Amino acid sequence: MRITLEARPEPSRAAMLLTPLLAAIATLVVGFVIFEAFGKDPVAALHAFFVQPVATRYGVGELLLKAGPLMLIATGLAIGYRANVWNIGAEGQLTLGAIAGGGLALAAGDAVPATLLLPAMIVAGALSGMAWAAIAAWLRTRFGANEILTSLMLVYVANFLLSWLVHGPWRDPEGYNFPQSKLFADAALLPSLLSGTRLNAGFLVALAAVATAWVFVRRSVWGFEMRVAGLAPAAAAYAGISSKRNVWLGMLAGGACAGIAGVNEAAGPIGQLLPSMSPGYGFAAIIVAFVGRLHPLGIAFASLLMSLLYLGGESAQVNLALPSAVTGLFQGTLLFFLLAADVLVNYRLRVQRGLPAAP
Amino acid sequence: MDSFAQLVILTLAAGTPLVFAALGELVVEKSGVLNLGVEGMMLTGAVASFIVTARTHSPWLGVGAGAVAGAALSLVFAVIALTLLANQVATGLALSLFGVGLSAFVGRGYVSVVIDGIKPLSIPGLSDAAIVGRLLFGHNPMVYLSLALFVAVQWFMQRTRAGLVLRAVGESPESAHAIGHRVVALRYAAVLFGGACAGVGGAYLAVAYTPSWSEGMTAGRGWIALALVVFATWKPRRVLAGAYLFGGLTLAQFQAQAAGVAIPSQLLAMLPYVATIVVLAVISRDATTIRLNAPASLGKPFHPD
Repeated sequence: MRITLEARPEPSRAAMLLTPLLAAIATLVVGFVIFEAFGKDPVAALHAFFVQPVATRYGVGELLLKAGPLMLIATGLAIGYRANVWNIGAEGQLTLGAIAGGGLALAAGDAVPATLLLPAMIVAGALSGMAWAAIAAWLRTRFGANEILTSLMLVYVANFLLSWLVHGPWRDPEGYNFPQSKLFADAALLPSLLSGTRLNAGFLVALAAVATAWVFVRRSVWGFEMRVAGLAPAAAAYAGISSKRNVWLGMLAGGACAGIAGVNEAAGPIGQLLPSMSPGYGFAAIIVAFVGRLHPLGIAFASLLMSLLYLGGESAQVNLALPSAVTGLFQGTLLFFLLAADVLVNYRLRVQRGLPAAP
Repeated sequence: MDSFAQLVILTLAAGTPLVFAALGELVVEKSGVLNLGVEGMMLTGAVASFIVTARTHSPWLGVGAGAVAGAALSLVFAVIALTLLANQVATGLALSLFGVGLSAFVGRGYVSVVIDGIKPLSIPGLSDAAIVGRLLFGHNPMVYLSLALFVAVQWFMQRTRAGLVLRAVGESPESAHAIGHRVVALRYAAVLFGGACAGVGGAYLAVAYTPSWSEGMTAGRGWIALALVVFATWKPRRVLAGAYLFGGLTLAQFQAQAAGVAIPSQLLAMLPYVATIVVLAVISRDATTIRLNAPASLGKPFHPD
């Protein structure tokens, strides 16, 4: 008996919806095994990882607080991914957004009212995230340089830029020499959304951006052309769809969303500029985009799941004395299982009894 | 003249992790597979080699462990991308993210551990002799290992039948399959080899170059190695040249600081990454050269049916 793969005439929609669920369950099983291997009671550990963090009102606020940037960035990235534009430098674009928005906040101090300052910061963040992504887009359209590698290199450059700013020109003179900027004035902080939690208005900004992206993808000609280019590149070229425009749109959408996410972090939970503005949201969002099937609704669910993994990691650190790096492990495992299970979308498993027919 | 010898030694030392990782990835890509997980495999190799060295006090056993760990991680990629036919770009990205998390998780207790690493050669009468002696015999043993790997890869690709078949599989898996070559098995072998090389590259960092372990210590070298393969237009000789070029650039940062140049260290540290971007753009400009040299089936899944 042997199992072979047989190509399906068309992708299975049922499998497409079921595989993310399958992957999540398989990840849970792996978690079970990991906890067991570390001598923790798996049921208690999984409870501490996945239930305890969201058992309180504050916890639910944290869940949404972390899901916000993930959802926002993943939505932007998905626009590009649909057209085979692989922006994986969202972490750097986020950093640039935080630098621009934060820079504006530091310059304004408390001289500008929040109604003016916050929108300006968000616009500045979006523009600088786009500018950072535009470097990779330009190198790709002008020179054909692989955007995966250039956008990723720019993450390191962005991190050094921020590090230099908070160690040097933007360092808080009264900060006991710590590499950090001054705390933002109240006018530069996003207002709270849910009392008793840290959830802030940045979540609404994220939702608005996701809605805009959805309209762009589903209702605009450019969005349609990008989907065509992703599904059938040859047909798209034949139909005269500009691949250069797709690269630009894909990269800029990702950059804008990541830039806004950067401002939301700076003006939200952090409230100042630090050497690192994100616990890897830009990379985790790549996983969110895939697990969410590049679909806005899917991405919303996937970002909640990924946010829960972040919270679980923190909880595991406090309650189980496990390192928070276990989060990255779970995130990677989830994506592995999803990619592996995806074979079921395009192929049917066929069990052959006896010897296979002669080739 | 003495400082010249020192500079050459330091440049080679800084470029060596890239030599290991990029030569491995070159073989992988020649077989038509794009594995973007180099960074993850390097980190996993680094942490595995460091832990084994710390436990056994044998850095060479550590290097072996690094190779095994890198290959083991690449096996995950191979199963998902080659057997289950998943998108290679996405799978490679997943491998990198996973490797970063895995290495941080496994290595958490080893961050400030001190080990006795692999030291540069010191052969009395040779390594400390005049400049020629130092240039020939003054390197870390793993530098010689990387050069041996270069010779082996060059010879395998150009002079052996298996190397020819591997290249054929990368150019046209359908034709290679039709004349009876086992495409998937060969690609498995190439991916595992690439994983082992990346693992050794990471091991070099952890037990010879620094020697220490810290989270994310490869600092993007896995990605630079990927860029190097494109930069080298898939030719081993140019991989070597490129690796030392980037080695020199990482060095420039410390040299400038030591010389008291008044540029903030963070801005100097950007140099290798900016250089990678610039070089990639310059090389990619010539689309014809890239198209002629890139394996024709690079990144495309192959399903024999």
